[in-house]
Amino acid sequence: MTSVTDVSPARPAFRLTRAFWGIERLVVPALLIAGWEAFARSGMLPPALLPAPSAVLHALGDWVFGFDETTQSYSGHWLRDALASALRVFGGFALASLFGILAGVAIGWSRLFEKTLEPTLQMLRPIPPVSWIPLAIIWFGIADKPAIFLVFLGAFFPVLMNSIHGVKTVDHNLVRAGAMMGANSRQMLTDIVLPAALPSIFAGLRIAVGSAWMLTVTAEMVAVKSGLGYVLWDSYYFLRYDIVLAAMISIGLLGYLSDLGLKAIMARTLRWQQTTTVQGRAG
Amino acid sequence: MAAIELRNIVKVFSDKRRGRDLLTLDNINLDIEANDFVCLLGPSGCGKSTLLNIIAGFEQATSGRTLVDGKQVERPGSDRGVVFQQPTLMPWLTAIDNIAFHLKLKGVAKAERYDRAMEFIDLVGLRGFEHHHPSEMSGGMNQRVGIARALLMNPSVILMDEPFAALDAQTKLEMQEELVAIWQKRRCTIVFVTHSVDEALVLGNKIVVMTRRPGRIREAVNFDLPRPRDITSPEFNDAKRHILALIREESTRLAQAS
Ligand SMILES: Nc1ncnc2c1ncn2[C@@H]1O[C@H](COP(=O)(O)OP(=O)(O)OP(=O)(O)O)[C@@H](O)[C@H]1O
Ligand SMILES: [Mg+2]
Repeated sequence: MTSVTDVSPARPAFRLTRAFWGIERLVVPALLIAGWEAFARSGMLPPALLPAPSAVLHALGDWVFGFDETTQSYSGHWLRDALASALRVFGGFALASLFGILAGVAIGWSRLFEKTLEPTLQMLRPIPPVSWIPLAIIWFGIADKPAIFLVFLGAFFPVLMNSIHGVKTVDHNLVRAGAMMGANSRQMLTDIVLPAALPSIFAGLRIAVGSAWMLTVTAEMVAVKSGLGYVLWDSYYFLRYDIVLAAMISIGLLGYLSDLGLKAIMARTLRWQQTTTVQGRAG
Repeated sequence: MAAIELRNIVKVFSDKRRGRDLLTLDNINLDIEANDFVCLLGPSGCGKSTLLNIIAGFEQATSGRTLVDGKQVERPGSDRGVVFQQPTLMPWLTAIDNIAFHLKLKGVAKAERYDRAMEFIDLVGLRGFEHHHPSEMSGGMNQRVGIARALLMNPSVILMDEPFAALDAQTKLEMQEELVAIWQKRRCTIVFVTHSVDEALVLGNKIVVMTRRPGRIREAVNFDLPRPRDITSPEFNDAKRHILALIREESTRLAQAS
């Protein structure tokens, strides 16, 4: 069999652009790191205050693999520290997602919840989660719980706001179409309003996972004696800026990975939406 | 007993932002018999969609009574299939899932749902696209999914709001023929809103001409030309001339009034 028309695009050019995009992603970070290394070696600042990337990499390597104990008591303990932070992020984020979506959908869907629940929540929202630290410490002591509580506070409101918005902005005509096809009010919620609100809910979850990492680290700097944030703050007291930077990089990396994971789940769940976005399947 | 009875329907939209009320439908009285194919004809903004929404149960009339099969309309229901002016499909469902959505709500198993929906996929000529999402299909294809979705419920009344407006001339002709065939086979009552005099005359056996807003019924014309209709026949043209005269009269009356 031979096909009449060849619909495949010009492959070589396509591959070239793909390769170019791969490289282009690395250009900016590479330039930044090279400039930083050069500046650190120029001696304009003492190396203790601005460690070179190579020194930070060294510290990070030892923290992870423990090869020469340059990071002293942290040597080889990265996994333990990262896991401690990640568990707090996960715990707080999971709770915030659960309650944020439940409360958001309830408020968006029912006038009763909107009137009774929303004003209180909206008054709590402007209070910075960090300002809860003193209370969190008296209530929960110094351990995982105050950190999870703080993460919850930081992650809850983005999920709540976006869930409310998602439910409230569901196309009126879809609800009509559902009623026309005989949906009862439970089906209206589960089969029409929830799926229609999902893109907005996911947008909230992605903002929330970022807040979750920020607040875990904040909590660990003040109210907890383990995790990446604790290492960061502790090394600051010992003037180990290389470890401070290694901790910052670890946090950035883990935060980025969490977002990638969430994005992958979102892409799977919202596959129907992909062709309608400006960027299409790329990105 | 007529299939649809509209008694003294008045609809006023209260425009809170501008602080005044908008009289949209002014005392509509209409009897639609079972198995009628009624075409509702009128200028843009005269309240055709509003009237359809009242029959569908999406909107409540400000005053007056709406009866379908002798029962007062209170809410939407699957006894009245609606084809919306915009397709309004669930964007997260594929074509076949959209068409079978009514069955899903009733708890019918997936295999049977798909089995029944395939018949309607074929009917509207969408075989090969059953697993496409609305965003992957053209506007006209989506509109056809919307039509299939309403037909699958096998409703006694089908309300269609300019369903073919987004279609090309060729597809429109095919769909018009298909719709007439379905109507002849199933013997359901259809209320079909359109702007086009030709379309109304090709489809309907009763053509209801509405006035400019506030919408009133100018005249309900019975039109029993046998099918398939020849749009070049003298009978067709006589009817067309009559309806165009009604519309023209309406616009000159308006011009004189202003
Ligand atoms: N929900 C609403 N609130 C306020 N006014 C409305 C509403 N829906 C319709 N109207 C008004 O009622 C009038 C009739 O609207 P309708 O949609 O029924 O017109 P139509 O005859 O279907 O027009 P078209 O042919 O352009 O679709 C319009 O003047 C419109 O502004
Ligand atoms: Mg309309």
